[in-house]
Amino acid sequence: MEGITTNYNTKETLIRLFGENRPEELPAMARLREQAMEAFVQNGFPHTKLEKWRNTDLSRSLNHAFIFPLEPASDGTEPEDIFRCDVPGFNTHMVSLLNGRVIDQGNTLPQAAEGVIVCSMAEAFEKYKDLIERHYAKYAGFGDNAMIALNTAFARDGVFIFIPDNVEVSRIVQTVNLIHSTEPVFVQPRNLVIMGRNSSLRLVMCDDSVDNNVGFINSVSEFVLAENARLDHYKLQNKNDHSALINNSAFHLEAGANLSTSAISLNGGLIRNETRVLLNGRSSHADVLGAYLMDRHQHIDNQVFIDHAVSDCTSNELFKGILDDSASGVFNGHILVRKDAQRTNAYQNNKNILISDKAVIDTKPFLEIYADDVKCSHGATVGQLDAEAMFYLRSRGISASNARMLLMYAFVAEIVNRISIPELRERIDDLVKKRLRGELSVCDQCVLHCNSREQKIAFDIDMSKI
Amino acid sequence: MLSIKNLRASINGKEILRGINLEIRPGEVHAIMGPNGTGKSTLASVIAGRDIFEIEEGEIIFRGKNLLEMPVEDRASEGIFLSFQYPVEIPGVSITNFMRTAVNEQRKYHGLDPMPANEFLAKMEEKKRMLDIHAKLANRSVNEGFSGGEKKKNEIFQLAMLEPALAILDETDSGLDIDALKVVANGVNKLRRPDNAFLVITHYQRLLDYIVPDIVHVLFDGRIVRSGGKELAMELEEKGYEWIRAEA
Repeated sequence: MEGITTNYNTKETLIRLFGENRPEELPAMARLREQAMEAFVQNGFPHTKLEKWRNTDLSRSLNHAFIFPLEPASDGTEPEDIFRCDVPGFNTHMVSLLNGRVIDQGNTLPQAAEGVIVCSMAEAFEKYKDLIERHYAKYAGFGDNAMIALNTAFARDGVFIFIPDNVEVSRIVQTVNLIHSTEPVFVQPRNLVIMGRNSSLRLVMCDDSVDNNVGFINSVSEFVLAENARLDHYKLQNKNDHSALINNSAFHLEAGANLSTSAISLNGGLIRNETRVLLNGRSSHADVLGAYLMDRHQHIDNQVFIDHAVSDCTSNELFKGILDDSASGVFNGHILVRKDAQRTNAYQNNKNILISDKAVIDTKPFLEIYADDVKCSHGATVGQLDAEAMFYLRSRGISASNARMLLMYAFVAEIVNRISIPELRERIDDLVKKRLRGELSVCDQCVLHCNSREQKIAFDIDMSKI
Repeated sequence: MLSIKNLRASINGKEILRGINLEIRPGEVHAIMGPNGTGKSTLASVIAGRDIFEIEEGEIIFRGKNLLEMPVEDRASEGIFLSFQYPVEIPGVSITNFMRTAVNEQRKYHGLDPMPANEFLAKMEEKKRMLDIHAKLANRSVNEGFSGGEKKKNEIFQLAMLEPALAILDETDSGLDIDALKVVANGVNKLRRPDNAFLVITHYQRLLDYIVPDIVHVLFDGRIVRSGGKELAMELEEKGYEWIRAEA
């Protein structure tokens, strides 16, 4: 493979697999897969000689003898057997995916009668061919993105959501993407969310590990928001250190649409979130936020591309992260303001705290502006914990370790406080505190207790709001 | 209560404190005056435990314990409080959380259980009332966006919450208008007890009209060159520091 050195030739395996496993489907879909596969064959897995991948090296993550589950698991594993979501009072409509396949749990959304659809992509490919034809693979282009190409070539399942015009989905939809396998597993979920005019949705997408085994997820999600649609979207990532998660999200906004998307990365061996937002209609708005807390040898990479294609749109990007030990991070924010996108207002900021000398962040803000009447700003900071603030806290009797934790927590709180779903905000607030105390492990939500370990409580500080 | 003997401290090889001797007993209010750059704030920082200074010589004994061997937070739990000249803004940490953490860590240091939430809230209300602080402090981030006066009032509020044995007020009067100065001074006066003490560091005599000291020291060039009663402050106000400079 170009620039990638592994003992296992994952690319060749995938090419062979592609030829051997052609699903029965419409010719248009088969053609799309072939085109996508051609693009992948041509480009191969991204490698560090590519500018956009300079600081994220996939070779270690790919160096495993993967299995590639394309069909649903037949061992009858129920998600409840291995995972529980423990957000108190967090009454969501939950869709679970196990190794990339949706598990039908017989849940029906209360608003199904109003035409809201939440189902598996596999079902949507069969039942909603017109919607698929109109929207599928229309927003996440694979011409310049080998990972999207690979996903498009193989995609079998994921979550499909359709909301008709003028429907506000009252219940929060939550997807839980679980990986559970005794062998290294490579999965490629594919999601599509279609939102009608004046519709609204709150969507929480969780990526969790339930064991410490190797997993590679190459996920692609497409979101299309018609006029005045409102999407409140969260990615919550808590993966083990042996996992790689490549997450491509493409958002397409028509006039007056409003998007808020947040990526909260708590743990993960290698995480790359690529977020593309196309502001395609006037007065559309996007908030793209992120928080990451990485330590050990974990790696986080956030790539954000915001395309201001028309006038009078606004976008707001804020990513904040803390890196400890030998963790590494990348932030690459690209704002494109096209020639006709007058009166654009775009703000971008990336702030980092490095706790150790070995932690690294590569941050690159990039504005590309062709219109003349715009307001754009960008900024990036990399620093340590404020020594003055540390002294101030300690001078009141707060131990150095707790003072550090309070300051780290406060740093991330700016992102957490923007979460508009109160139960989720509290839960994530709690997870962040646990993470900073060193108490959060990927086993927390697992009910298997395969390798449950005694958890050392380092702090008995109570930072709960009173 | 506090006994400083022959304290010498430097920063980056430059000696700032050149042999300080100071005795403070319970119930006393000491004032340290002196021109800018003579080491007043350094003395406050060294007692509180700021580690940017090198201690070259001397000792600080506080209630029988050697302060110089203790980390900052232990000194606080032992009863030292420093009211900062420039209180630090800490976005994202609410005053309630900050104070609750501090109170409970100090209690833990003394082997006590955390204070129950309702008791803690009642104490916050009581101290706010006592100090005439009307602002809704609870959910505001520590010092974030506070005016100079609000920051200093917040320092006194923390002082009231933590009830230290020795409070060091480092230029608490700087940047305060007369109304804020009165609030701060009244607060300090209400907190005076026979078993605690105050060390008031100031450039001007004005603050000492409101917080009346028992003993006034003049710090000059890293040494206490003169000590006396409250009339010494008046004398300084009249004659200026040139008088001391000439004597020293």
